[in-house]
Amino acid sequence: MQIAADANVEALEGGAHGEHQDLRFFGLVIFLLSEGMIFVGLFAAYIIYRLLSPAWPPEGTEELEVLLPGINTVILVSSSFVIHQADLAIKRDDIKGVRLWFGLTALMGAIFLAGQVYEYMNLEFGLTTNRFASSFFLMTGFHGLHVTVGVLLILGVLFVARKPESFSSDRHFGIEAASIYWHFVDVIWIVLFLLLYIW
Amino acid sequence: MQILGTSAIAALGLVISFWYGEHNGLLPAQASTEAPMIDDLFNAMMVAVTAIFLLVQGAIVYSVIRYRKRKDDNADGPHIEGNVLLEMVWTVIPAVIVLWLAIYSYDVYELTGKKEVMAHVQGHDSMVAMASHTHSASSNSSDVMLAQIETLSEDDPLVVEVAGMQYAWIFTYPDSGVVTGELHVPVDRKVRLDLSANDVLHAFWLPQFRIKQDTIPGRRTELSFTPTTPGTYPVICAELCGPYHGVMKTQLIVHEPDDYTAWYDTAKVELAGVDPDALATRLSRAAHARAATGGVDIDATTVARVQAQISDLHHHSTHAG
Amino acid sequence: MAQAQLDSPGSFSVNLPDPHGGSTPWQEFFSFSTDHKVIGIQYLVTTFVFYLVGGALATLIRAELATPEVDVVSYETYNTLFTVHATVMIFLWIVPALTGGFGNYLVPLLIGARDMAFPRLNAIAFWLIPPAGIMLLSSFFVGAPGSGWTSYPPLSLINGKPGEALWILSILTLGTSSILAAVNFLVTILRMRLPGMKLNDMPLFCWSMLATSLMVLISTPVLAAALIMLAFDLLAGTSFFNPANGGDPVMYQHMFWFYSHPAVYIMILPAFGMISEILPVHARKPIFGYKAIAYSSMAISVLGLVVWAHHMFTSGTPDWLRLFFMVATMIIAVPTGIKIFSWLATLWGGKIRINSALLFAVGFLSVFVIGGLSGVMLASVPVDIHVHDTYFVVAHLHYVLFGGSVFAIYAGFYHWFPKMTGRMLNEPLGILHFVATYVGFNITFLPMHKLGLLGMPRRVAEYDPQFSLINLICTIGAILLAVSTFPFIINAIWSWIGGEEAGDNPWDGLTLEWTTSSPPIHENWESDPVLTVGPYDYGLARSDAAQPAAESVA
Ligand code: HEA
Ligand code: HEA
Ligand code: CUA
Ligand SMILES: [Cu+2]
Repeated sequence: MQIAADANVEALEGGAHGEHQDLRFFGLVIFLLSEGMIFVGLFAAYIIYRLLSPAWPPEGTEELEVLLPGINTVILVSSSFVIHQADLAIKRDDIKGVRLWFGLTALMGAIFLAGQVYEYMNLEFGLTTNRFASSFFLMTGFHGLHVTVGVLLILGVLFVARKPESFSSDRHFGIEAASIYWHFVDVIWIVLFLLLYIW
Repeated sequence: MQILGTSAIAALGLVISFWYGEHNGLLPAQASTEAPMIDDLFNAMMVAVTAIFLLVQGAIVYSVIRYRKRKDDNADGPHIEGNVLLEMVWTVIPAVIVLWLAIYSYDVYELTGKKEVMAHVQGHDSMVAMASHTHSASSNSSDVMLAQIETLSEDDPLVVEVAGMQYAWIFTYPDSGVVTGELHVPVDRKVRLDLSANDVLHAFWLPQFRIKQDTIPGRRTELSFTPTTPGTYPVICAELCGPYHGVMKTQLIVHEPDDYTAWYDTAKVELAGVDPDALATRLSRAAHARAATGGVDIDATTVARVQAQISDLHHHSTHAG
Repeated sequence: MAQAQLDSPGSFSVNLPDPHGGSTPWQEFFSFSTDHKVIGIQYLVTTFVFYLVGGALATLIRAELATPEVDVVSYETYNTLFTVHATVMIFLWIVPALTGGFGNYLVPLLIGARDMAFPRLNAIAFWLIPPAGIMLLSSFFVGAPGSGWTSYPPLSLINGKPGEALWILSILTLGTSSILAAVNFLVTILRMRLPGMKLNDMPLFCWSMLATSLMVLISTPVLAAALIMLAFDLLAGTSFFNPANGGDPVMYQHMFWFYSHPAVYIMILPAFGMISEILPVHARKPIFGYKAIAYSSMAISVLGLVVWAHHMFTSGTPDWLRLFFMVATMIIAVPTGIKIFSWLATLWGGKIRINSALLFAVGFLSVFVIGGLSGVMLASVPVDIHVHDTYFVVAHLHYVLFGGSVFAIYAGFYHWFPKMTGRMLNEPLGILHFVATYVGFNITFLPMHKLGLLGMPRRVAEYDPQFSLINLICTIGAILLAVSTFPFIINAIWSWIGGEEAGDNPWDGLTLEWTTSSPPIHENWESDPVLTVGPYDYGLARSDAAQPAAESVA
């Protein structure tokens, strides 16, 4: 019966059922790992296509330009550090800081997307030109979709955060969620960049 | 007494397993050198599998009868949570059986499949050598050909190109350009099939030879076997390739060497640079499907297209050597 | 929730469990309920309806195959029949019934939680299923997909766009549902167990759901990737898999089986888990070798990720890969064997109460083993080369999927129906159901082994007349099998309305679901349940007080 008593004490303190904040974060991480497996599937297919092809990109398709995407990469990677500042800010109950850093991150994300669109418009190949082109558009496009969702998520948090009492050092799942998601998008991009542009 | 009884039952089970493994009657006739090896493997597996089957079913039936709850007995059974020794036993024994199966399967695979690939490489080279030789000698007489075939070692396979298309198989003998809808080969000579597909995936299956290989558009695959028994055998498409997948069948005719030569001689006259309509009639099963449904139409254009593709492939393979 | 109970600390003494404590108004079953029990039942009923649809399609398949000629349906229609049959059975019946249905209903109850970790997500996962199912079935109006449930390109790219597109969309939706559910299970099992319940104290069903969820999370997204690529080839004209433009059709096969092999374990591990719950209760003996069973589930889920190419032994796969996948596949027989033998040892020496639930559970043992053994034979490359894409494979897959998963689901229905509805199922009807199913099943599928070995390929509407007799036998078996469903349907409906009252714990089970009312109340327990006995502590002297009953702070 001792266990029983302990159990109830713990329940009272929110130990057993109260910690939903924590569960949501855990759940989100698991979901993102799973989501990452879609990219792993696409990456694996790309790697094998490349290894099995005599020439890559196939003859007649130029190598990808690295400069603009390189700049884009720097922007996206830095934005991960920027959004991390928001995480730190809310732990100090600094809601203004959150607004600042989230706003900056959203801006950087938007610049990244604009750069991506600009790159698309200046490519010589189209979606169906060859396997390389198709893979390029599918992978960057699918990633771009994730960036878009991330920006919308950040804007959503910003919208909520316009009220000063919206988040605090002990209640800020929205902020954590948006930033972990943003880190995820960032990591995927790094792999994608290495595969598509550098290799 | 109980030990005696148990061992008697175990012995009986083993006897049944061994008997059934050898007499299961589940496999069709054997017509290639590979078939007996694969069947031995299959039968050996049947022995193991039957023994395990009997053990498990026996234990179930015995438990349910012997340990069924009796009237008015509402007590629980004994509190036994496990037994490390027993658990080791039923981990290790299956592991050993599985290991044996893997090794045995690997062995048979080496003998029937993998080695072939090695042999092919050699066989392929000499085939090309032979091909260029015949070309340079510009000799078309069947006597010379036959002499050449005989001087080449056993390892030199008869090469036939096979194209799968919805819903027929087309066979091309690259040495002579003979094109047929049925496969003719001599007995006891190794055959190598170079497989390709024109539209979708198909699979070339010879049940009596225990071999099967998918044909893949844009890729070449191959298959080797040595027929051992003259006769007529079904060739079946085993990969779903469309509504009429089920009617994509033809025949493999294994001839005595003399009969084969005779067939080949006539074929060279009648079937080299074959007339598309003649081929179309040869695609008997496909024609059958057309008759049955009005659906499939293997018309002259299709056949011409296929022939173009075949000669393309032929070209390709002679160069690739 | 914890508060509610503390507000009235004395309630346990006056609140005797009311037999209808948890009865749910019927409207709630048609609503966006977030109660895991309602959602579990929603899953079970919905998927069972899909099962009937899939079974009706199977009955049409068998009708066509009763004679060698093509007479009942056209060649084209035949291909849509087996394609939709298999898709419905796998994606709309077995997967959602086992994970969504039993998983949702049982996991929180077994670990002493009030609900799943994310109740709303749970409801969303369920409500994705009906639209996906309707989408798939509506393809019959635009030309249903006819490329098999494997949907290999290039055939799937030329067989009719609308049907194929609906198929892809439907599977993507179902995959999403499955991933959401798996996230929920993982978090619930890892984080919401009753305080004091360590992983090794969990009922084995939870272990199997843990292993299943891991596989879902790792492999389902790869299927999504493959289907997205397939959709682009189909609709946008890209050439990932289309050889006409230099694509690689074999790549699709790798990606497809990277999911679909694990999927077969997704369809059997929860079934294993249910058997591990059901056998000890009715044999009145502890589960034999708890840890071995628990860890073998994990072993199967890890191994299951590296065997996929055993479906591709004739696809031009290189030798070393074939042999690697052969050995890896065969090894899975070892952890599976551990389970089988442990269940046999659980029965051995027990006081077996023979009833419908137990019969289906031992029926499962009996037929699943046949399917497992034929699986090991398929794993052997030389033999598989002969029998690949024949009725031998069809026999194998029905032995494991019907003999395995469906038998286990039936066992689960008989075992937990009293908990879910508060009513007992009728025993004589249940036994009739079992006998007809067991006999019909074996008549239908056992002869198929021989068909395949002798030379009958699968997925054909027309076959060589030499196979007529065996096919006729299969068809007769299939009719018996279809008819065997009726006693169950009648029994379930009739008993739900007017069956004998079940009480909290009709089987004297020791797991936590039996400590609450039948059906359980909202949030499952009046007060937090207490672990006084282990889940399988049969045969220990128990004081009456220790009998599982809702206990509270004493
Ligand atoms: C529930 C689903 C399920 C399960 C559990 C399994 C389990 C297994 N399957 Fe099966 N399989 C399918 C569903 C399933 N399969 C489906 C649907 C297909 C066809 C797909 C399609 O093409 O449409 C298929 C096809 C399939 C193939 C490809 C056939 C082909 O197309 O050519 C292979 C080949 O290796 C295979 C192997 C196995 C093995 C080795 C197991 C093992 O896990 C079995 C392990 C179990 C046992 C072995 C029995 C118990 C063990 C003992 C009693 C111990 C002692 C045993 C020994 C020592 C051997 N399966
Ligand atoms: C869990 C999975 C599952 C289940 C339960 C079944 C159940 C059945 N299956 Fe299926 N089957 C598959 C999965 C499954 N199958 C798969 C994966 C394939 C491969 C497909 C492919 O090649 O792509 C396949 C293929 C397949 C074939 C091979 C087709 C071919 O290759 O050409 C056949 C042939 O006999 C068949 C038959 C049956 C039968 C007779 C049943 C019976 O058990 C069904 C019993 C019937 C019922 C339980 C229904 C009862 C009710 C009624 C008849 C009344 C209906 C009334 C109303 C709806 C109001 N199945
Ligand atoms: Cu060609 Cu099936
Ligand atoms: Cu598999």
